[in-house]
Amino acid sequence: MLDHDILIIGAGLAGMRAALSAKELGADVAVVSKVHPVRSHSSAAQGGINAALTDRGDDWRDHAYDTIKGSDFLGDQDAIALMCEEAGSEVIAMEHMGAIFNRDEEGRLGTRAFGGQREARTFFVADFTGQALLHVLYEQILKAGALVYEEWFVLSLIVRDGKCGGAVMMDIRSGKIEVVRAKAVILATGGLGRVFEPSTNAMICTGDGMSLGYRAGASLMDMEMVQYHPTTLKGSGVLISEAARGEGAYLLNSENDRFMLKYAPEFKELASRDVVSRCEQTEINEGRGLDGCVLLDLRHLGEKYISERLSQIRELAMDFANVDMVKEPVPIMPGMHYQMGGVKASVDGETSVPGLYAAGEVACVSVHGGNRLGANSLLDTLVFGRRSGVHAAEMVKSTQHLNVDESAADDDKNNIQKLLANGKNESFGQIRLDMGTAMKEHFGVFRDENSMREGIEKIESVKKRAEDVYVTDKGSTFNTNLLFTLELGFMLECAESIAVSAADRTESRGAHTRTDLPDRDDENWLKHILVSQNKDGGHDLSYKDVVITDWEPVVRQY
Amino acid sequence: MEVKFNVRRYDPESTDTVAHFQEYQMDMDASSTVLDGLIRIREEIDGTLSLRCSCRSAICGSCAVKVNGEAGLACNTKIVDSLSENGNTITVEPAGNLPVIKDLVVDFQPFWEKIRAVEPWLQPEGEEPETEYLAPDEDMLHLAGVVSCILCGACVSDCTVMEVDSNFLGPAALAKSYRFVGDPRDDSAQQRFKTLNESGGVWDCTRCMKCVEVCPKGVAPMDRIMALREQVMESGYTNTNGARHANEFTNSVKHSGWLDEKKLVIKSFGIFNIKAMIGLIPLVIRSQRAGKVPPIFHKSIPGVENVRRIFEKVETKK
Ligand SMILES: Cc1cc2nc3c(=O)[nH]c(=O)nc-3n(C[C@H](O)[C@H](O)[C@H](O)COP(=O)(O)OP(=O)(O)OC[C@H]3O[C@@H](n4cnc5c(N)ncnc54)[C@H](O)[C@@H]3O)c2cc1C
Ligand code: SF4
Ligand code: SF4
Ligand code: FES
Repeated sequence: MLDHDILIIGAGLAGMRAALSAKELGADVAVVSKVHPVRSHSSAAQGGINAALTDRGDDWRDHAYDTIKGSDFLGDQDAIALMCEEAGSEVIAMEHMGAIFNRDEEGRLGTRAFGGQREARTFFVADFTGQALLHVLYEQILKAGALVYEEWFVLSLIVRDGKCGGAVMMDIRSGKIEVVRAKAVILATGGLGRVFEPSTNAMICTGDGMSLGYRAGASLMDMEMVQYHPTTLKGSGVLISEAARGEGAYLLNSENDRFMLKYAPEFKELASRDVVSRCEQTEINEGRGLDGCVLLDLRHLGEKYISERLSQIRELAMDFANVDMVKEPVPIMPGMHYQMGGVKASVDGETSVPGLYAAGEVACVSVHGGNRLGANSLLDTLVFGRRSGVHAAEMVKSTQHLNVDESAADDDKNNIQKLLANGKNESFGQIRLDMGTAMKEHFGVFRDENSMREGIEKIESVKKRAEDVYVTDKGSTFNTNLLFTLELGFMLECAESIAVSAADRTESRGAHTRTDLPDRDDENWLKHILVSQNKDGGHDLSYKDVVITDWEPVVRQY
Repeated sequence: MEVKFNVRRYDPESTDTVAHFQEYQMDMDASSTVLDGLIRIREEIDGTLSLRCSCRSAICGSCAVKVNGEAGLACNTKIVDSLSENGNTITVEPAGNLPVIKDLVVDFQPFWEKIRAVEPWLQPEGEEPETEYLAPDEDMLHLAGVVSCILCGACVSDCTVMEVDSNFLGPAALAKSYRFVGDPRDDSAQQRFKTLNESGGVWDCTRCMKCVEVCPKGVAPMDRIMALREQVMESGYTNTNGARHANEFTNSVKHSGWLDEKKLVIKSFGIFNIKAMIGLIPLVIRSQRAGKVPPIFHKSIPGVENVRRIFEKVETKK
């Protein structure tokens, strides 16, 4: 059995930020990640990170309001205010640690424009901001000598009397299963994109933490809020960053018409993501698309500008769509990108289970509400990652380990034995594909009652099939086949909670758009939907009012 | 189109402990990637195939493998560009110069140790400013070219020196070091040069260009190593093995038109440095096994006069 004060599950931006802040306070910290830290999905973030810096004439209150409006007034205003107020110092801290960032003429941090915001306040490193920040945090982890269990897969959380006391994990390289006793566990496992097909998310984004938390008794919140990003490549679902539009790209339909002028006269292409995705889908549905896509036109930016600031996405478009954006417009479509919801957490990361914290995309504080603004997620991971680490480090000082022993791993060992013993049947690949396609079809940009009901049935039947999925690889060394099968279990649980929450919200708000109920209903629905597991393994739904402080909900216009 | 994947398999748990090739045939879209093919193999044909991959978009650095003998990312290598001339076969092997764990999965531990060895974190001196450090945008744009390294290990896989000398820090770690030396905010260059000047550092690269060719991110590690060499020399490290090596390198090529590696070694370490000479014996033996030992008699190449003329021209220009 292994022993630590704090076990952090996940080595993306949220996890490593939490580790650094907890380590600084002297806690015994260990990080566990199913991939090497720099392989975490945070590396894929292209566009940038938001912060309102006062010495640049910006005001965090403006950032807060843009975020609240972007959330379609479902975000909790106290948490949003806090995130925006701390954004500046967080970005500066990253710069001090070594992040390079693009600069202005005076050598200070430069900004670019991003969607849904009145001010250009997105700080960036060309078009690989996430990778640049992730590597800097990894460098700091090396400098601090923090312990990382690289390529270990967390199977379950250990819960005793309703409190979290550690986790069970498997060394992917050897198949060895270990119990880790910890006074605090921080979930920083990122998103669940692979629940949908296609998705911009990496193959490791399988919602493990949301499911681990849910199984441990924590509530999930805002799960119906799934972001469709306006610019993804057809087929692969690979993302073309909002930075493209931030730098001035246009959206055109098949009639060569800049259609966003009509829908969002003020913000145009830079309206919030839910709005732009809906407009694109409307154009496509009304016959003004091209082969299911609309066009993203960057030609007027010129080759030099594109290669200096958007070279990575230029390559992506060449590799995955065979299009050179310097010469031709890129066919794009709305694609599943981000989960606004997650394990309900306070601004200090505390979940409804004592000892269990959550930060980053796995968590729902709720700062994104019904729709996240571009470049607010990296900010979310850093601010709430740090705060969780600090809070946990204080908490463990006055906490004893729970009574945990080796037997805590028994259930997981049996489960794996059972999986490996399943007879020849379907493989996880087909099942995941069927789940992902059903989620896209029934819980996509536009939803309605009948379609969602049908979706729920499909998920149920996929879940049944998954019970006797066949694992071909019986070995213990780097058995990715087994890992995918375990991840499939996590994903199905996430799919279900998205589906039941979506079907429950009888209005349209943010990313949740119902064609049968197109209006926002502030009277009944200024509240979050919470899902938790009941004793029989079914779903319990409950509600929590949205926190409104200074900003009264108004109709959104862009 | 019909594509045949020839994949190198190895399972440490199987009774058959040597690696072998296994063929998989599939109908593939020509514009899809090698990774698409490998994923299909493991999802549809053979679930026992292990490989690392995650982002599918050349940013996480997980999927470096050898495609037809050359390292690259499976996720940005297109099927059309990888077909053999005499048929539609694509050979996929694990990345080189790192121990294989299973199939296409290699042990990256030695890779990370080298990254760690160059102390890859910003080391500024003095008090932190209240706001950001000021730094010219050009400097940062220049650094962005190295910061964009995704630590995929493709360069290390194909580095010709790492193949024979496990002591060499290698292209990825040295590029990482350059990233800090070149950062106007970092004040530890002098100390970094000391490490870089030691054996295993910047002087061990043979400039074979392999790392530049295979790097999927345009990091050009060799160019960074050459820039570091210059800075190391400029910072006062002239009477060292490496610097002597650089001088002798120039002399040898000027004299005979190519490199006399034996003389180079002697001149670099100093003829009386018996200990260093003995220390080189294992390297020589490994090199011999890899067919890389230079001939005993070092003859001038035909047309050496032209080489000398080039040198004269360059030298008068200086
Ligand atoms: C293509 C793309 C571009 C984006 N661009 C931007 C942008 O420009 N700006 C912005 O603000 N946001 C952006 N986002 C969103 C943002 O990148 C993510 O929300 C954020 O990086 C999530 O970080 P995280 O630390 O929460 O999780 P991740 O970085 O996803 O890390 C999760 C970690 O958990 C580990 N883990 C997961 N499950 C397990 C398990 N069972 N056992 C052990 N370890 C586990 C993983 O190994 C990993 O280390 C983008 C997202 C995508 C997909
Ligand atoms: S140029 Fe130098 S570092 Fe690059 S592969 Fe060749 S020997 Fe290795
Ligand atoms: S230098 Fe290039 S090849 Fe080498 S690790 Fe970095 S990105 Fe990969
Ligand atoms: S899968 Fe991420 S680099 Fe290829």
